[in-house]
Amino acid sequence: MRDVAIIGIGQTEVGEHWETSLRHLALRALQGAMQDAGVTQVDAIYVGNMLSGELAGQEHVGALVADFAGLRGVEAFKVEAACGSGAAALRMGYMAVASGLVNLVAVVGVEKMTDALGPDTTSALALAADGEYEAAQGVTFVALNAMLMRRYMYEYGYSHQDFAPFAVNAHRNGVNNPYAMFRFPITPERFATAPMICDPINLLDSSPICDGAAAVVLAPAEAARALSTKPVRIAASAVGTDTLAIHDRRDPLVLDGAILSTRRAYEQAGVGPQDIDLFELHDAFSIMAVLSLEAAGFAERGRGLRLALEGEIGISGRIPVSTMGGLKARGHPVGATGVYQVVEVVQQLRGEAGANQVPDARLGMAQNIGGSGATVITHILERME
Amino acid sequence: MNVAGNWRLQQQRYRLVGEECEKCGTLIFPPRDLCPECEAPAKMPYVFSGQGEVYSYSTIYSPPRGFEEFAPYTVALIRLKEGPMLTAQLTDVESDKVYIGMPVEMVTRKIQGGDEGNPIVYGYKFRPAHLG
Repeated sequence: MRDVAIIGIGQTEVGEHWETSLRHLALRALQGAMQDAGVTQVDAIYVGNMLSGELAGQEHVGALVADFAGLRGVEAFKVEAACGSGAAALRMGYMAVASGLVNLVAVVGVEKMTDALGPDTTSALALAADGEYEAAQGVTFVALNAMLMRRYMYEYGYSHQDFAPFAVNAHRNGVNNPYAMFRFPITPERFATAPMICDPINLLDSSPICDGAAAVVLAPAEAARALSTKPVRIAASAVGTDTLAIHDRRDPLVLDGAILSTRRAYEQAGVGPQDIDLFELHDAFSIMAVLSLEAAGFAERGRGLRLALEGEIGISGRIPVSTMGGLKARGHPVGATGVYQVVEVVQQLRGEAGANQVPDARLGMAQNIGGSGATVITHILERME
Repeated sequence: MNVAGNWRLQQQRYRLVGEECEKCGTLIFPPRDLCPECEAPAKMPYVFSGQGEVYSYSTIYSPPRGFEEFAPYTVALIRLKEGPMLTAQLTDVESDKVYIGMPVEMVTRKIQGGDEGNPIVYGYKFRPAHLG
């Protein structure tokens, strides 16, 4: 096994790209990352994507992206793990380079969601849940999260308004990210009056339906310095899984998959939560942000919300989260999200996060969650001195 | 879900047939043929009573394809009396009357279909227990 580094990053703006297809979104991000890395060729491309077949009428996107990127002939395939597809593709790329089988890998996360009509998108996203025992009952993905949020409020005595700091923080940070979908701040008052989607989840608890693509280029760490002036080492790459269905979990309010994933990542990197300078967590819904903070060891059970209420999730807080807007404000093009998170951690570790720069960031963590917690993929990145 | 997929689930949908682990006695629903507690093979059928209580719930206004006719409808995580939890729609109750801990019981209802030549899918929903 050898160390792996990220030597290039690229991303498209997240939004409604009416004029751009799936393949061209992927291409833009990939070309951006290869240009940033200063390479014109890679040995393999792993594409993270969840719903190309359902929403864009296209499977087999590995070879497609390779072809349209002018890289016809290289190894390429799609990796799918629901909303965790992006980080799953990075995990594949990491293993390929770490094993010594492949030298230069491009990882692309891409999703094209806005071409489909609302009910079709809702049905497609529900594919992340248990098809026979959740989705078949007419349950939507938002409803699954809403039930978790309601139970959390019931068990620990929080009000809906207590969740406001997550959306406020994400939007505040999205303002300064040119790639974010939402670049306007919101107030707690606006959060309180946002339209209800699926009680208790309202519009501002929820990440948007959108399009986008992000990419990174990986190389052996020993070669990274010669290829890049600001390489970032992948200090840990780890996966944990859990039941697809929430009703099958040991305790629905505990993300066992996230506990396993972060524990494995901390062990591999030889660090603990106290060493992490920023955490790009999976805030698809504000309740997921809370449960992630608890599972990753930043708060005790039932106390994740306290961190936010005490102002500890901002750029200058104890554990900055969603530093470039998160899923909430940057946007959540599902299969691309995991790669966006990693691109943003790299920006932070390079000192290129502009107004949102976490001072002297050295170790950053990104955690991408598939479904309601069935696949959890954690990467810890370290600035190479 | 297609016809064959629905047909395979009829024992679960109509009668809540799950499983009992012969080794440790754990009751299992939905069936999975392996005990989640001790990993022993568990294929002995066990019919659940259909009695339970609401663990959590939400009301859906933007339904997925195939469920438009029911919207708005309330879904719930239900803790069965025997222990396992399942996901189902609530019926015969206004959404603002639902609460965590509410006793409920299984009934058989139309789940979806019946339009545009689609076969009707029947299955379990849950209603307030006092109606029985």
